[in-house]
Amino acid sequence: MSDWIEACAADDIDEEDVIRFDHAGRTFALYRSPEDEFFATDGLCTHEQIHLSQGLVMGDIIECPKHNGRFNYKTGAARGAPVCVNLRTYPVKVDAGKVFVQLG
Amino acid sequence: MTVTPSARDYSLVGDSARRAIDSGLAAAEWYHTDIPRKQMKELMQRSDGPAIRDTAIWLGLLVAFGAAGAALWGSWWCVPFFVCYGVLYGSATDSRWHECGHGTAFKTPWMNDAVYQIACFMIMRNPVTWRWSHTRHHTDTVIVGRDPEISVMRPPDLLRVVLNFFGLLDAWHAMVDMFRNASGVIGAEEKTFIPESEQPRAIRIARIWVAIYAATIALAVYLGSWLPLMLIGLPRLYGAWHHVLTGLLQHGGLADNVIDHRLNSRTVLMNPVSRFIYWNMNYHVEHHMFPMVPYHALPKLHAMIKHDLPAPCQSIWAGYREMLPAFVRQLRNDDYFVKRELPPTARPYRDEFHSETALAAE
Repeated sequence: MSDWIEACAADDIDEEDVIRFDHAGRTFALYRSPEDEFFATDGLCTHEQIHLSQGLVMGDIIECPKHNGRFNYKTGAARGAPVCVNLRTYPVKVDAGKVFVQLG
Repeated sequence: MTVTPSARDYSLVGDSARRAIDSGLAAAEWYHTDIPRKQMKELMQRSDGPAIRDTAIWLGLLVAFGAAGAALWGSWWCVPFFVCYGVLYGSATDSRWHECGHGTAFKTPWMNDAVYQIACFMIMRNPVTWRWSHTRHHTDTVIVGRDPEISVMRPPDLLRVVLNFFGLLDAWHAMVDMFRNASGVIGAEEKTFIPESEQPRAIRIARIWVAIYAATIALAVYLGSWLPLMLIGLPRLYGAWHHVLTGLLQHGGLADNVIDHRLNSRTVLMNPVSRFIYWNMNYHVEHHMFPMVPYHALPKLHAMIKHDLPAPCQSIWAGYREMLPAFVRQLRNDDYFVKRELPPTARPYRDEFHSETALAAE
């Protein structure tokens, strides 16, 4: 099991929004849901390598800014063309106002 | 980041396609005007209200004009009603399939999907094929050999352009595609952008459409009247002129093989009727730069970033005065294009990305 990595402060992410997090040469997307829960996925769309952090969060959906492909960021499931391949997700915890991600 | 701007091969499986991939033009990172995240989020917000209103007007007028035309069928009084019906059927659907295909018109997904399917049928664009071709169009806008939606290739085929005002070649090709798909065949070029998993859906929809057209023709034969075809099918021809009129302006006469939408797309200010039919796609640089912004927010986006864009053409007429001479010059020199001036407030074009095309414009 890999270590928990401190990614950002919880307040760095607005409610129902996403930010980019880069670590060890990889890029991730961190989400804060309308229910004030935190989630993490790979940072690039599985359709064409576009940063999801520039996209729009709507409920439990992240929409890619380039082609409007949709994923459920809580499960990583592809939810609309042109994305066909699911997004990888990562465990997240919040401790003392900090967001930690367990990267595989 | 450039390719030799001559010897264009518009096939998606030809030499230009290979060169675009090898040179990094395909799936490249494009220029964007900087917009603060907070403002961008506001612009991207979805809403059902504007699209429900516009769709109710569109479908309401479509039914009203169609009913009036049918009621007056046999007299010349039906002509103005069919002119209006045709534009709502054969032109307004161009922007409806487009916006709903992006999923930005409505907030509610099933509403986008429903209008998308209806509009695709009317404009005769297979909803599966065109969803994926348009995805490619946004990835590789006017990249020769990659973009399947380049409407005017170089050197321009002006006869084809004129015929398409009446949907003649466009609809013919659409029918050929429909029958090919209905027979279970996905073309070699279609295979370059439609994932294998989606291809059976394209075939299934083509078969449904063939059945609808067959039923319409059978009804026309049974009634001994053209009226059923005036309502279904033929409006794609006699009502196509407005979507061609506006659509040509999107990229016509501008640069190809560049990765800055300010160089290959055109924003044109238009009258409110054309903007309703066209669902604000006249803000075309803005749409390509930020495709997640719904049509109803494009005027606001334009106001926000116009300091970084070439000045918009002030009318459809002004757009044609810029574009048509470029088409004529491209008949003699197919490397020629209109390089639109940026205002002093704009970040300059990155000529290191576009050096060969920039030279061609001079």
